[in-house]
Amino acid sequence: MERYNIMSMPTQIISPDISGYYGDYGGMFIPEILRTTFEKLISSFKEAKADPEFWQSYVNVMQNYSCRPTPITPLENFAKSLDGRFQVFCKREDLNHTGAHKANNVMGQGLLVQRMGKQRVIAETGAGQHGVATATMAAKMGFECTIYMGSVDVERQRPNVFWMEQLGAEVISVTEGTATLKDAINAAMRDWAESMETTHYVLGTTCGPHPFPEMVSWFQSIIGHESREQMLKLNSKLPDRIYACVGGGSNASGIFLPFLEDQSVELVGVEAGGHGIDSGKHAARFSGGTVGIAQGYKTYFFQDDEGQMQHTHSIAAGLDYIGVSPILSHLHDKKRIRFTYSTDEEVISATKLLIRTEGIIPALESAHAFASVIEEARDIPDGAQVLINLSGRGDKDIFNIAEAIGDHKWQEFLEKKARKS
Amino acid sequence: MNLTEYLNKRLKKHKILLMTHVVVGYPSLEENWKMLEAMGEADVDLVELQMPFSEPSADGPLFVKANQDALRNGVRWKDYFDLMKSASERFNFPILMMNYCNTAFSMGFEAYCSNIRIHGGEGFIIPDLPFEEFGELFELSRDQELDPIMLCTPTNTEKRLQNICEKGSGFIYCVARKGVTGQNTELDWHADDFLRQCRKYSNLPLALGFGLSKPEDLFQLHGKAEIAIIGSALLKTWEAEGEPGYRKHLMSLADARD
Repeated sequence: MERYNIMSMPTQIISPDISGYYGDYGGMFIPEILRTTFEKLISSFKEAKADPEFWQSYVNVMQNYSCRPTPITPLENFAKSLDGRFQVFCKREDLNHTGAHKANNVMGQGLLVQRMGKQRVIAETGAGQHGVATATMAAKMGFECTIYMGSVDVERQRPNVFWMEQLGAEVISVTEGTATLKDAINAAMRDWAESMETTHYVLGTTCGPHPFPEMVSWFQSIIGHESREQMLKLNSKLPDRIYACVGGGSNASGIFLPFLEDQSVELVGVEAGGHGIDSGKHAARFSGGTVGIAQGYKTYFFQDDEGQMQHTHSIAAGLDYIGVSPILSHLHDKKRIRFTYSTDEEVISATKLLIRTEGIIPALESAHAFASVIEEARDIPDGAQVLINLSGRGDKDIFNIAEAIGDHKWQEFLEKKARKS
Repeated sequence: MNLTEYLNKRLKKHKILLMTHVVVGYPSLEENWKMLEAMGEADVDLVELQMPFSEPSADGPLFVKANQDALRNGVRWKDYFDLMKSASERFNFPILMMNYCNTAFSMGFEAYCSNIRIHGGEGFIIPDLPFEEFGELFELSRDQELDPIMLCTPTNTEKRLQNICEKGSGFIYCVARKGVTGQNTELDWHADDFLRQCRKYSNLPLALGFGLSKPEDLFQLHGKAEIAIIGSALLKTWEAEGEPGYRKHLMSLADARD
């Protein structure tokens, strides 16, 4: 496939107001101690954003280090298995270095860290993808690196922990709270409150206090800018629908935002339905959440009637989070993006189908978007063109997928391995 | 008599005042009451009652655990305000509500202020609510005659410090160091400088918090700050030595006011 070069700076499709709000959502609910650090970050980012050379250096790094532009793959077999009335394409973010769209954000923030002259980076991670991506960036750019990860996630994602440590990062297992992504964020914020002079906090998604949602979505929007150009070149028209999974919202913001003004393009965000909405064990904030303020920003949270955050659940650690991007909350209320969810069970069968029909192993996170296309296939018009953001590859999920599928040969292998050591 | 007047009156009696802290529901509501009784007997000057929150982002490990365990113990708003009411009726010290902003937001700012007033509180501290985000909370707290306590830190720019101090009410909460609660504070020239700076912009009493633990810390602050805030150090003592140790620690701090 032809390589597409994005040399010119993209325009920001949606910008926050001066206080960091998108409509009613966002803001900066931070302890006073972090104020000056955030203000410095806001001005550094603003300068970088206005500098065409900065964007150029970002594009160069992404081309030379992370396989950008990532291709669009037509999924003919997958479409055929859904009765073939419409076409399906996917944006191959799984082909990024380290295997997910997370690379876009960390390399961008890494360049910003160089600009700011700091020597250490810290990050939170859920699935471990953002942790591995940050540790990789730190190794490449020569920064010290500490990764905070909930102990539950450390259990679920041991291979990623292994690689982070090999990459030279210190991985701190966070046992407080629910010991998942939100607790890792709290721990990283605490580290930052003491280390801000030398350290940058590489937040992994389009959440948190301003300017993180703006900054992360700016870097991630490279996905949508490329997709837009590629789909036009491929089909001489824009896609009719775009599906993306939504945890914090970075891959979804990345692919959606450059299409915001294209009213003909329906944007569908797919949250984690877990065991189903009625079970209460899920992470579908737009289906079971209410507006609140936590972790530095205002958005839809999965919380009780007194504002205490509740346990979320998803088979995909990367979607297992209490909050969602304030940008997406705003676009949800404006009805520009439609939100739905897929359950764990639907996600497993979508994963199997994509592997069998296309030879592509999706991350369980990304598989939510595919599951939703399968679920909605009946309602997709004849001849429509559907674009799915394949945000990451699924190799990391081998333990979870094998367990969910109930592969006894894998189980035997694990037992044998365990006995040996 | 408003809070500032009360504090100034107390300052005629002591060189520095003592503000202590309780995480409501940790270790239990019964133990909270024993802590409050000890505070009453030590004639503590001011007490902050913390409503636990699931994401206590400005707290250190000890208080994070306390917040989490209190919620696991099932503490809800009603338990919190019941305790506030009993304590305000039983003890002489004024009580401040301390909570994260989602508690006030979920309750609604108006209900939040009237609840504090009805249950005998005198003001509130919300560590993750910068003044830009107060909105109508300033006006609502004035209506209920509550003091919103402002926090300032050594990392604030001169201009912001001035801004915060101008919006201050009751007293100014000066965070003695970078970082979160429960760490050691080196009371060196930095803290002195910082307090002098705050003094430039505010006539209100200055409270120094975060990381103070022993009588010596209070002695060092005589003449520099008006209030010493002791939080995690006392909770640590409760956990290690129980009520007798706690009372002894509290008494030694109360004595260090003069």
